[in-house]
Amino acid sequence: MNEATLIRKGLFRKVLRAILMMVSISIAFFIFGVLGAVNKAFNAGVDVAAANRLVIVNAINFTVSMPYAYFGRVQGVDGITHVTHANWFGGYYQQPANFVQTFAVEPETYLDVYPELILPPEQREAWINTRTCLIVGQALATQYGWSLGDRIPLNSNIWQQADGSSDWDFDICGIFTAEDSSVPTNYAMFHYEYFNESLAFARDTIGWMILTTEDVSLNDQVADEIDAMFANSPAETETTTEAAFSQAFVEQLGNINLILTSVIGAAFATILMIVGTTLVLAINERTKEIAVLKTLGFQSGRIFRMILTESFLLSLIGGAIGLGLATALVMAAAEGFQAFLPGFRMPLSVVWQAFALMIAFALVTGFFPAFNAMRIRIVEAFGKL
Amino acid sequence: MTDQQPLYQLRDLSKTYTRGKESISIFKGLDMDIQHGDFIAIMGPSGSGKTTLLNQLGGIDSPSSGQVVFEGKRIDNLSQGALAKWRSRNVGFIFQFYNLMPTLSAAQNVELPLLLTGLSGGERKKRVKTALEIVGIADRAGHKPRQLSGGQQQRVAIARAIVADPKILLADEPTGDLDRTTADEILGMLQQLNTELGKTIVMVTHDPSAAKYAKRELYLDKGEFVERGNRS
Repeated sequence: MNEATLIRKGLFRKVLRAILMMVSISIAFFIFGVLGAVNKAFNAGVDVAAANRLVIVNAINFTVSMPYAYFGRVQGVDGITHVTHANWFGGYYQQPANFVQTFAVEPETYLDVYPELILPPEQREAWINTRTCLIVGQALATQYGWSLGDRIPLNSNIWQQADGSSDWDFDICGIFTAEDSSVPTNYAMFHYEYFNESLAFARDTIGWMILTTEDVSLNDQVADEIDAMFANSPAETETTTEAAFSQAFVEQLGNINLILTSVIGAAFATILMIVGTTLVLAINERTKEIAVLKTLGFQSGRIFRMILTESFLLSLIGGAIGLGLATALVMAAAEGFQAFLPGFRMPLSVVWQAFALMIAFALVTGFFPAFNAMRIRIVEAFGKL
Repeated sequence: MTDQQPLYQLRDLSKTYTRGKESISIFKGLDMDIQHGDFIAIMGPSGSGKTTLLNQLGGIDSPSSGQVVFEGKRIDNLSQGALAKWRSRNVGFIFQFYNLMPTLSAAQNVELPLLLTGLSGGERKKRVKTALEIVGIADRAGHKPRQLSGGQQQRVAIARAIVADPKILLADEPTGDLDRTTADEILGMLQQLNTELGKTIVMVTHDPSAAKYAKRELYLDKGEFVERGNRS
């Protein structure tokens, strides 16, 4: 027997109670893990944003388009290395439920602005030279079982062709991947020219532009120059960093971070109170046993450490189980969520945060019982003066 | 330390409790010597301060004034930490209600004081086995307290008290919860520990027939000792 045995025996003095406390804690960390992964996935765009990448949108709203001519004017701004543009296509495959995130883009420059997207050279060549080419991300291709050479129709729920049709036919000539698994590959892109020439309305407009600057330090200067260039025009622009743009995009859905933090906070506060109170009662129940240990010569500091270790064990075991279950769920659901939440996985940062929380949880729930145990006076505990 | 030096010297010992505005004096100006190898039974009416005195001897309570000297060194002015260390090295406690850890086996209960000694696991096991053999309960080493009778639990408690080879055993009503036959067995064992192993024992008891096992009987009344018998 050693001190670890004593701690274990103390913790599992009442097995059912210990298990229920662990279950409570594991529920809190399960919620934390799953919602943490969701939150991270929502903010994936912010996380993968390049520091020197700027996004130019219509100052009214990013859903309002801008004249195509702006593209040429922006190209002439000093401090820019690459600039490209994109339009939201709003596509679906076969039926509206099969949503396909699709953009009409300028093929060559788009890949220059997003070097993290990997397209094999022969596919890149085909992409640039084939008017009806659609390049799809690996995640999207996997989702619909598409492969190179497939000819697929995509419908738009926004745009219409001059002949009244909203179907566009595409040839899949490239499947792109990304250097980093956190970069989403759940979307498709096709030629702006193919899109623009067939439109029934709003021709020669672009949804937004993306550019890279020569250096991050030039970001403000470039943004100011561009916005000044289009000031007082019918389509004024607003140029922001890609991270700010992504953040604003996510915030359209509401303050996801606040919502998730509130849910997690409520779960933790409730379980903290339950476990904290149970631990206090459990230690009170052991007052006499602790007094015996002290009588035998166990120092108060050692008693404090032992009780606090019980709390740590409880929190770490319960927390690890909850986090493990959350990871399993996220892994199982990741594929199904790929279309809506690309990058839905258990991020390492959430795991570290969870472990930090486990330690904090153990300290908060264990400190007072341990402190009370440390302060137990032997004669009072035995009730004999 | 010399052979003549008493194990304990209590000098002008007083203990007063405050309850609300009232001050209750348990004993005042108590003097007492305990020699090596003594077996003292302290008797007295309820509330006479027998257990309080035992607590002073065991360093689990401090006197209001006066000195508790153990082997020539004062222990009444030691810090709580130092007292805990001192207790682990010098004192074995035996309680009326055994106070065994319910989640631990008999052997693990006996091993508890040895966790404070730095002995190896093997050495601890050896000592636990010896202690359990001395009290005649080695065959129940793996049993939990709830699987043992009162007498058996008290034997385990005695094994726990002697396993670290303390200089003094302090027993508070060790037979108060036992029937006569079992009580006699336990008292016989304490007597054996005193006569054969030379353990110094101070026992608090209400029971005059229990006190007869001791070498000296002291009667605590109104804060003063009255020696009733010396069989040494």
